[in-house]
Amino acid sequence: MIEEAFTDGGINANRYPPTLLSKLKFFPYPTYEEKAVHLLGYIVRRLLQMIPVLIGITLLAFLFVKLLPGDPIMILTGGKASPETVAALHAKFGLDKPLHVQYLLFLSNAVRGDLGTSILQRDPVTDIVVERIGPSAFLLAYGTLIAIVLTLPLAIISTMRADQPVDHAIRTGGMVTFAMPSFWLGLLLMLLFGLKLKWFPISGWGEGFFGHLKYLFMPALVIGVYLAPMLIQSLRASLLEIMQAEYIEVARAKGLSPLRVMLKHVLRNALIPTVTILAVNIGWLIGGSVIIEAVFSIPGLGLLLVRSVNYRDYPTIQGLTLVFGVLVMMVNLLADLSYAVIDPRVVYE
Amino acid sequence: MSVQAEGLTFAPGMPRAGILRTVRSWPLGLRLGIVVVATVAAAGLFAPLLTPYDPIAQDYRSTLLPPSAEHLLGTDNLGRDLFARVLYGARIDLQIGLIATYVPLIYGLALGAIAGYVGGWFDTVLMRLVDVAIAFPFLVLIIVILAILGPGIQNMYIAVFAVAWTMYARLARADMLVVREQEYILAARALGYGPLRIIFRHALPNLLAPSLVFSMSDIVLNILLASSLSFLGMGVQPPAPEWGAIVADGRDFLLQAWWITTLPGIAIVITGLGFSLIGDGLSRLLGQRYIQIV
Repeated sequence: MIEEAFTDGGINANRYPPTLLSKLKFFPYPTYEEKAVHLLGYIVRRLLQMIPVLIGITLLAFLFVKLLPGDPIMILTGGKASPETVAALHAKFGLDKPLHVQYLLFLSNAVRGDLGTSILQRDPVTDIVVERIGPSAFLLAYGTLIAIVLTLPLAIISTMRADQPVDHAIRTGGMVTFAMPSFWLGLLLMLLFGLKLKWFPISGWGEGFFGHLKYLFMPALVIGVYLAPMLIQSLRASLLEIMQAEYIEVARAKGLSPLRVMLKHVLRNALIPTVTILAVNIGWLIGGSVIIEAVFSIPGLGLLLVRSVNYRDYPTIQGLTLVFGVLVMMVNLLADLSYAVIDPRVVYE
Repeated sequence: MSVQAEGLTFAPGMPRAGILRTVRSWPLGLRLGIVVVATVAAAGLFAPLLTPYDPIAQDYRSTLLPPSAEHLLGTDNLGRDLFARVLYGARIDLQIGLIATYVPLIYGLALGAIAGYVGGWFDTVLMRLVDVAIAFPFLVLIIVILAILGPGIQNMYIAVFAVAWTMYARLARADMLVVREQEYILAARALGYGPLRIIFRHALPNLLAPSLVFSMSDIVLNILLASSLSFLGMGVQPPAPEWGAIVADGRDFLLQAWWITTLPGIAIVITGLGFSLIGDGLSRLLGQRYIQIV
């Protein structure tokens, strides 16, 4: 009953995506101990749910190399090794064993951080990947930050002026940037601000934190401009919905200015669906960053993937497949957990 | 004069509204989007009438010429007229956009609808497959598949067909879970109809709207995907005038010949904007939320 009263009192359950709704339940402010217990149970259950997907991801990465035409050892040695060496290498990598044994071998190696050796660089794939996570993570975080900086004011403006020319202009502008190929926008920025005006360097990721900020500004801007329309759309929709709530009317009746109502009362309640959008699209965002890294020659995972494909460096591609899959899963888990931080009413059941 | 409820242009028993009046009742964006897309399609279709140049023939006497009356968008490093390449490119990009979107839509919808209706092991297996596909960045998965199959437009289609259905399956399944509890489905079951008939004749038409709206932005995404892959050298192979490939051609001549990269990209933006406008308008018309990414 308390819950019912609470749902009526302005907290509209509809604004949460249906997939999320089943996981959330509303209580009037549980104690921290209760929340911690719920949260722990939830994390454990989510981790258990991740197992089948994890098996799928590893199976896919494993089968990827199996599906390649030709013998992996022949590819590795370039077909120049003697039959005896090939047979020895087969035995060494366990390739003479049945497929399911090979998969388990692959799994146990992967768990221990051994993803094989890159053909191109002759280094362990794990080392190469770890070395290149930094630039990619920096770029993604930077791009997301720029997207948020763009989103907040634009979403608020288009909510407060809903269905007025400004709103339409922002939405149409979003459609234009959505349709822009990221590599094209990147090349345009490179041409204008890099080559003509020489404000920003056009490749690499610089030295030190401020160097990164400078070198990665244009690539991050492309990601931000690309991501912002979706965030604006989602935030605008939830802002408009929450504006209808009674507690907003109360806030207005108290005589608070529209901007203050918006910032203090509406915005925070509208953030969850936007965080969901952000998390759900992390995969799409990583895909976009692959292209951006290739355009701006940023030494991250994306450029590594493109180069590995071009040079047929299969162990690296396999390792990257695994890493990308696990990364996306982790981000989604973190996003689910962050709802509790944004909204104290969220309890994980 | 007939009394017409707002938005009900084809209500049964009423005199049918003329097609023109129906079109006029559509949102402005929808009509605008259709005009844009139709123009691009016409440009591709009538390319031979619109330009005297061959999009592939090289002409070493006229390389890297800036835009002029003779070459509207200039020429590239091999002396090919860029206007002709962009026009013929519309054929390739529209074809990719439509095929890569609507082929997976068909079986994705069907699989999702069946999974949502019958549940059980079929649903579980299908949804785990979807989960795995979604766990990967879409572009990364496509690139990895292309690494196995090798580059080229044919393999790109195979890769997209293997992955893209998952989004439609998810959409259809989610709605099916709601629809299957509706009374008209119960009624159909009470009449003794088999599950296939109920799924495809009774439920599926009611699951179409979200997928139809999403398919519009999916077309944009697929055109962007194709051009991105061509840009990376994994998609459409030269000398085919795919838009992304043209943009990539200009990469090495950014300062010398800015027009090679900049102008053809506008074709992608205009086409994408056209489909986005249709999607946005359709979502209003069908009372759906406009989804850009699933």
